[in-house]
Amino acid sequence: MKHRMVENAIGRFVPTEINGEKVMPFMGVGNYMPSGRKYNASISSSVSFPSDGNKQVKSLKGALIKAGLSDGMVISTHHHFRDGDLIANLVFDIAHELGVKGLVWFPSASFPCHQHLIKYLEDGTISRIEGSMNGPLGRFCSEGKMNGVAVLRSHGGRYQAIQDGEVNIDIAIIGAACADSFGNANGLRGNSASGLLGFALADSQYADKVIVLTDNMIRFPCIPWQIQGNFVDYTVEIEQIGIPERIVSGTTQITKSPDRLFIAELTAKFCDEVGIITEGFSFQAGAGGTSLAIAEYFAQIMRRKGVKARFARGGSNKYLVQMLEEGIVEYILDGQTFDLEGVRSMRENSNHVWTSPFTSYNYHGKGNFAGMVDVAILGATEVDVDFNANVVTHSDGYLLHGIGGWQNCLFSKTVILPIPLFRNRIPVVRDRVTTLCGPGELIDVIVTERGIAINPLRKDLLEKIKETDLPIKTIDELKEEAEMICGKMDSIQLSDEIVAAIKWVDGTLIDVVRKVKA
Amino acid sequence: MKLVKRLGEAGNSNSKSKGDCHVKIEVKEAEGIDFVLNSKVKVFYASSIEQLCRSVLVFFNIKNALVEINDNGALPYVLAARIEAAVKAIMQTDKDFLLDLIPENNYQSTKRHFRLSRLYLPGNTPYMMLNAGIHQPNAIILDLEDSVSIQKKDEARILVRNALRSQNFYGVERMVRINQGQRGVEDLSYLIPHNVHLILIPKCETVDGVLLVEKEIARLKERHAIVHDIYLMPIIESALGVENAFEIASSSLNIAAMAIGLEDYTADIGVQRSEGAIESLYARMRIVNACNAANIQPIDSVFSDVADMEALALNVKRSKELGFQGMGCIHPRQISVIHENFAPDKKEIEKAKKIILAFDEAERNKIAVVSIGSKMIDPPVVKRQLKILELAIEMKLVPVNWRDCDEA
Repeated sequence: MKHRMVENAIGRFVPTEINGEKVMPFMGVGNYMPSGRKYNASISSSVSFPSDGNKQVKSLKGALIKAGLSDGMVISTHHHFRDGDLIANLVFDIAHELGVKGLVWFPSASFPCHQHLIKYLEDGTISRIEGSMNGPLGRFCSEGKMNGVAVLRSHGGRYQAIQDGEVNIDIAIIGAACADSFGNANGLRGNSASGLLGFALADSQYADKVIVLTDNMIRFPCIPWQIQGNFVDYTVEIEQIGIPERIVSGTTQITKSPDRLFIAELTAKFCDEVGIITEGFSFQAGAGGTSLAIAEYFAQIMRRKGVKARFARGGSNKYLVQMLEEGIVEYILDGQTFDLEGVRSMRENSNHVWTSPFTSYNYHGKGNFAGMVDVAILGATEVDVDFNANVVTHSDGYLLHGIGGWQNCLFSKTVILPIPLFRNRIPVVRDRVTTLCGPGELIDVIVTERGIAINPLRKDLLEKIKETDLPIKTIDELKEEAEMICGKMDSIQLSDEIVAAIKWVDGTLIDVVRKVKA
Repeated sequence: MKLVKRLGEAGNSNSKSKGDCHVKIEVKEAEGIDFVLNSKVKVFYASSIEQLCRSVLVFFNIKNALVEINDNGALPYVLAARIEAAVKAIMQTDKDFLLDLIPENNYQSTKRHFRLSRLYLPGNTPYMMLNAGIHQPNAIILDLEDSVSIQKKDEARILVRNALRSQNFYGVERMVRINQGQRGVEDLSYLIPHNVHLILIPKCETVDGVLLVEKEIARLKERHAIVHDIYLMPIIESALGVENAFEIASSSLNIAAMAIGLEDYTADIGVQRSEGAIESLYARMRIVNACNAANIQPIDSVFSDVADMEALALNVKRSKELGFQGMGCIHPRQISVIHENFAPDKKEIEKAKKIILAFDEAERNKIAVVSIGSKMIDPPVVKRQLKILELAIEMKLVPVNWRDCDEA
């Protein structure tokens, strides 16, 4: 299908329509001002619900039929169970069995376990995915095999899209480790404990029909109610909703790679020397091996200097929990829980606070937490000489990673990308990123094993590093060094066909992903 | 050039051989070069890999062959080494396909270079060489001996040679451990013309072992018009070697240091290595003594538990107490622990400063005898304190202009 293409504010050509609906091109950070009123769910009446509060239905199939599952509907699930999720596969097995076609799957993210759904994308049960894709589904999409165009949003962008009415969810299925028959639910207790259910919050608030699915139905009240039963239509108990060892990893570990440790140490040293690690500061680091190492180096510096962090943004994990319990971090504001220690801490410690994409990231709210964080440490697959970054595709164009909260975290006061200068002979610093997910003006520092590049816009940081012995280089110098080692790459040829759209946090279109040539 | 067989192979290609490749070349009677490339980075580098391959084949005058490369992201120098090794498995030739020596590798070392840490890198594992320099050990050792299997010895030489020319080690001293005996002597022609700084001679038992290597180095230096020094470090790994330690240490002016290898030594004397290393105390003390008598650096054995940094730190402290001036390491994480624990402590630094200042003052006043209070200081003591301060300055524990700072 031919699209009318326009150049957006960051120089990328994007279509004016995606899946038959008009889209707004990216206008620059902070330049798009929405108008109108927020979308809301249809009005319900308590008359339609059992007065004893028992909304339990015998089976998921029964609940889906009651919810009116039919062709072309938008079905949402969430990704708290990560690669241990059994729910999305089950939902579409049922849809297939019922002969329903053309569904739009709207997950908060998908994982390799959802490879099972490729057959439903092929037979038309699912027409497209609107959500981040990790692994096999991304590969399927990149090769142009999906009927519709995928739409990728950040966690905050997903909340914004639901709240603004950009995406109308027909049926939301919320898996919870613990729930009551009224629909109150949390992820804190039970075999499928995942910690938070924050990514399902918008779904619960705005979907036409909401089904809570659990393998641990308890008597009312299910406390705390991360999901409130007042938003829920049906509840279902089944034998198993997730595979525990793949939901939370009991073995999240600091990297042992000497090269990654080197980058992590350099990142922490940079933060210390430019004065970020001071009394009352705040930080966000992910759950990857390098990020964990950075958090650990932060802890060492805090102990040495005798300073405390006011809060750390999670992804919580055992290292962050140790810092909370030791008292060098006062609060964990948790967005998702990565290991069982995180779940335990959230259950037991009132300073381990559960947050949601609304509080942390939603761009169409009256502010959010992201901008209050002093330093965010994020990953990237590529960065270009203008500091623009890619987090979803590899340099060969394959869509293999999700956006997560990455775009939202770019609003932190200092954004640092600790990345190797090249991976498997592929330089990470490029003239131009294959897919642009984050504008360079929001990315402050690139830390590689061969030097640190500071965005020229951050004159304050450039001033602060003058007195240090940190290995500072320009981003062009890093690119040249990578090319010197790896050789100059041939540019790749992608097809004109658009297979995925990358939304910015305000709902505008920042870039598209094109079909890879076989 | 003489064809010895039709099929040649070199390199590694499996999930563990990141940054490497496997090359198979089958010589044909006619039909030119057929090229098959399986590579993770094919979309970016297919044409440059093929071009490189064809250049090597033209260089060795191979006109008809089927070439199959399974590549896992190998850098050009690795690809070139593997292709050349596959060619050399097919034919006898004296030719070498040399890539340019990168300007970053054009630096020299000195005999007195500090060698607190030297990182062993298996000579046939390119992935480990890639970032070795960024961890800033005092030296890297490209190993052709124990870490390379007998079947891979020939191809490892070519890879190490290419690494010396093309892999940026970011200024650290560039050492190679050659093989034992005649094979080690043959290794040298792959090393000496390519700006190697120091040759480690393994399992050195007598002076003859050193002289054999030294003679070949001298021949190669002359042939390639090399004028800079190339240093030697014999490794003592047997009871006989220990007994001959001083003779070996003083057998050549090119010897900069001598090391002890405890795995082989303890095997030779028939004991197990223990935590306290009491079984090797005599040998290690003898090495330290021999090295000091010969005015070279005594270097301790590696510590093999890469996960236990506390035990390593303890081991380094003991090593320093015995008089060693460095040790080998087998993992980059060990480098900083070795540096920190070999570093002069505050007390040592203050004592050294005091003695040097007294020496300066004696010189200023043209007094022949250095003394602090009523205590006389001998010239060797002054020399040792100078060495401590040099190391402290090198490790940035003391500013270069410490005299000004102290006086201020």
